[in-house]
Amino acid sequence: MSERVPVLIFAIMMAAIPFIPGMPPFWIVLLDNIGLSALVAMGLVLLTGVGGLTSFGQAAFCGFGAYTTAVLTTAYGVSPWLTLPLSLLVSGFAAVLLGLVTVRLSGHYLPLGTIAWGLGLFYLFSKLEFLGRNDGISAIPPLAIRSFRMIDPGTIYYAIWIAVLISALLTMNLLDSRTGRAIRALRRGHIAAEAFGVRTPGMKLLVFIYAAVLAGLSGWLYAHFQRAANPTPFGAQAGIEYLFIAVVGGAGYVWGGVLGAAIVVILKEVLQSYLPLLLHGEGQLETIVFGILLVALLQLAPAGVWPWLMSLWPFEPKHRPPDLSLTLPARVRAPDTPDVLLQIDKARKQFGGVIAVNNVSFEVRAREIVALIGPNGAGKSTTFNLITGVLGATGGSISVLGKPIDNAPPQEIVKLGVSRTFQHVKLVPDMTVLENVAIGAHLRGSAGALSSMFRLDRADEASLLAEAARQIDRVGLADQMDQPAGSLSLGQQRIVEIARALCVDPTLLLLDEPAAGLRHMEKQRLAALLRQLREGGMSVLLVEHDMGFVMNLADRVVVLDFGTKIAEGAPEAIKTNPEVIKAYLGAAA
Amino acid sequence: MLFLIQDGITNGAIYALLGLALVLVFAVTRVILIPQGEFVTYGALTYASLSAGQMPGTAKLAVAMGVAAFAFDLFVARRALHARLIGRAFVINIVLPCIVLALTVWLAARHPPIAVNIALTLVIVAAIGLFLYRLAFQPLAHTSVLVLLIASVGCHLALQGLGLLFFGAEGQRGPTIADVALIAGPLRFTGQSIAVYAITIAFIIALWLFFGFTLYGKALRATAVNRLGARLVGVRTTLSGQIAFLLASVIGALSGILIVPITTLYYDTGFLIGLKGFIAAIIGGLVSYPLTAIAALLVGTVESFSSFYASNFKEVIVFTLLVPVLLLRSLAAPEVEEEKD
Repeated sequence: MSERVPVLIFAIMMAAIPFIPGMPPFWIVLLDNIGLSALVAMGLVLLTGVGGLTSFGQAAFCGFGAYTTAVLTTAYGVSPWLTLPLSLLVSGFAAVLLGLVTVRLSGHYLPLGTIAWGLGLFYLFSKLEFLGRNDGISAIPPLAIRSFRMIDPGTIYYAIWIAVLISALLTMNLLDSRTGRAIRALRRGHIAAEAFGVRTPGMKLLVFIYAAVLAGLSGWLYAHFQRAANPTPFGAQAGIEYLFIAVVGGAGYVWGGVLGAAIVVILKEVLQSYLPLLLHGEGQLETIVFGILLVALLQLAPAGVWPWLMSLWPFEPKHRPPDLSLTLPARVRAPDTPDVLLQIDKARKQFGGVIAVNNVSFEVRAREIVALIGPNGAGKSTTFNLITGVLGATGGSISVLGKPIDNAPPQEIVKLGVSRTFQHVKLVPDMTVLENVAIGAHLRGSAGALSSMFRLDRADEASLLAEAARQIDRVGLADQMDQPAGSLSLGQQRIVEIARALCVDPTLLLLDEPAAGLRHMEKQRLAALLRQLREGGMSVLLVEHDMGFVMNLADRVVVLDFGTKIAEGAPEAIKTNPEVIKAYLGAAA
Repeated sequence: MLFLIQDGITNGAIYALLGLALVLVFAVTRVILIPQGEFVTYGALTYASLSAGQMPGTAKLAVAMGVAAFAFDLFVARRALHARLIGRAFVINIVLPCIVLALTVWLAARHPPIAVNIALTLVIVAAIGLFLYRLAFQPLAHTSVLVLLIASVGCHLALQGLGLLFFGAEGQRGPTIADVALIAGPLRFTGQSIAVYAITIAFIIALWLFFGFTLYGKALRATAVNRLGARLVGVRTTLSGQIAFLLASVIGALSGILIVPITTLYYDTGFLIGLKGFIAAIIGGLVSYPLTAIAALLVGTVESFSSFYASNFKEVIVFTLLVPVLLLRSLAAPEVEEEKD
């Protein structure tokens, strides 16, 4: 539990602050505001920094939290503690509705969509009669435990910071889990994650709801802190400011959200109270200086202040080695495995007028290594994408284990025991090798987001990591296990992808140029590994350009040229096939 | 009815210009240029101040930013300083804005003709745009779109604050460019609206010529498609960024000059105008120039109709227009895997 020690020290420090003699109440108010902003920013860290979904609309979710409790406590006399779950529920429910529409928006449309409904909701808050229109709702009762009423900033301080600390711990737990790895993989694009069974739209919705609930919690606290709610703090301006906070602090880091909140809130306060004194209050000097400082901060630390500070920290984080005695149950297989694992029958893929794959047919049988070769642009990777469901075929049929896959999504294909690597490495560079490989075992674990947050997933998690460590050991990268995947050489990253694919416990392994970037000895080791896998009962279909590697390894070779199969047979026959020689060397050869 | 359409098209033409500038800047530098609205305000109010015989603060700002840009240039090149480099940086960053400032001071009191004021305004705002890129965005050129966006908001805040400092909270109007008026059936075309149409069309044609037929234009397009690739074939990406910002600030200032005779502009009006250009750019998908121009006309028309029939809801109607468009675009164009970071 060593990574929890700094959190504990921080908690004790925060608890002690109000007891410092002569602590001005003004600073306590400031700390309250920092805590409230930190909650929202933490949600944004998960949503934007980790998940890659930029939202300008978080302030609106604070509004849902605040108005829910405001209406229920003032108009219906409900106890503030009872409204807490309701506030969270309302924000979460609003997130489901908005999220279903919004997370489907792609690329730059997503942040713009959040601006649009952020503005819309602000307008709604300020026009609805029962929310008090522009004046809002006042005289909200304070939080109280029996006769202890949290009226002054020094008492609600504890409620706010306990919420911040608990949220931070839960968020850290979530990120360090099976679900967390799936979320962290989102930012690098959805294809790799989906190839291992991650339901990316569901994951996006999950982080969207998570961020909204944290914002709702902040709104609920805000309503009982200010004891009033009006539309202004829930508008687009505030939404943009929360994004500032997350980016300045370090959008990829939970504590970056807290640090960012401290920086931005204190900076604004200092500028607002001291600048006018210095320069006799002309114009909006504080916004000018704030804007310039913001740009300067980003130039000094583009990834945020938190990672910049952490790089000054002299101690390396310790990684506990996974307990290798734990095992993961094998993937559930169909009872009778047919001899033909993969049957491709006249598969066809057209992109507009270009025919990338033209009525290609071949099969892969059990315990067989088949090589798919051909010049650049022959349609090899497209064939891989058709088999794994990344692309839908225009015609023909592809059957796995005797059943047609009918353009099933990648998440379903991997369940059949087909796993793959990518021609362009798709690892998450800032995750360790171990974590990257563990994504491969995603479908073999079962812990969900909630159990991860409360650390009820540890048994499941430990066996997932053990399996990942075993596969890393198998491909010979045990020494690099705790390094960030991005720090490895490209050749080694390809090997990491193989380990990740092996974590699926596949019956058919698809390798897209696995030997590219490997040295001679490494290639020999890879060939030995693939032979060993074949002996263990696995089949391998590989795309490769290194002919020496292919011809020594493959049982059978399929040759594509311009999307059409031109030859198929044993390596010896392919080497002397005139069609193949012509395709590779031209007609004159 | 016809009158509303006419009004909408006049506004739409301005939004089209701004939308084009936004698309240009985003394509080349990946910056979503929120301060575009400030270029409009600065252009409009600088022109109005000059016409009223006052000395606009923007000229001084250009000099201050130039000095800072000079310092940045020296700092970046500190290990390989030589006289030619220092000289060039000095001329561009310090001498040029100082000449402009001197000219402004000298001319401001002498009530020069409108054309001189327009030229002076364009030069001042262009310098601000150029230095803004140098100071704020060039050091961040390698970072993510999100970081650039936040920096862009920071610039918007700073420039808007400065706008208040220079021009005060009072709104201003400027003199019209042409006083003639044409009557065609039930419609009356003022000289100003004709100028708006003519300049918009001229600019669109000029941009088309620039991008299609000049080396710099092609270099800009190359940078937009692939930064690294453009660098490898010898395109200086910082130069592309500077040209993009220069063009955007000139377009912004020109839009400001065109509308300030029609409506009263305040120091913060530009933001809202820029936002509408932005909506047009989004509808155009941040990539297509013709689509952006058409969308801008649509935004202008919707705005003029809603301000006539439901003026309270004017902004809301324009902004909610975005949601169905975004959805449609998202559904029509399936998600493409982007190589990020």
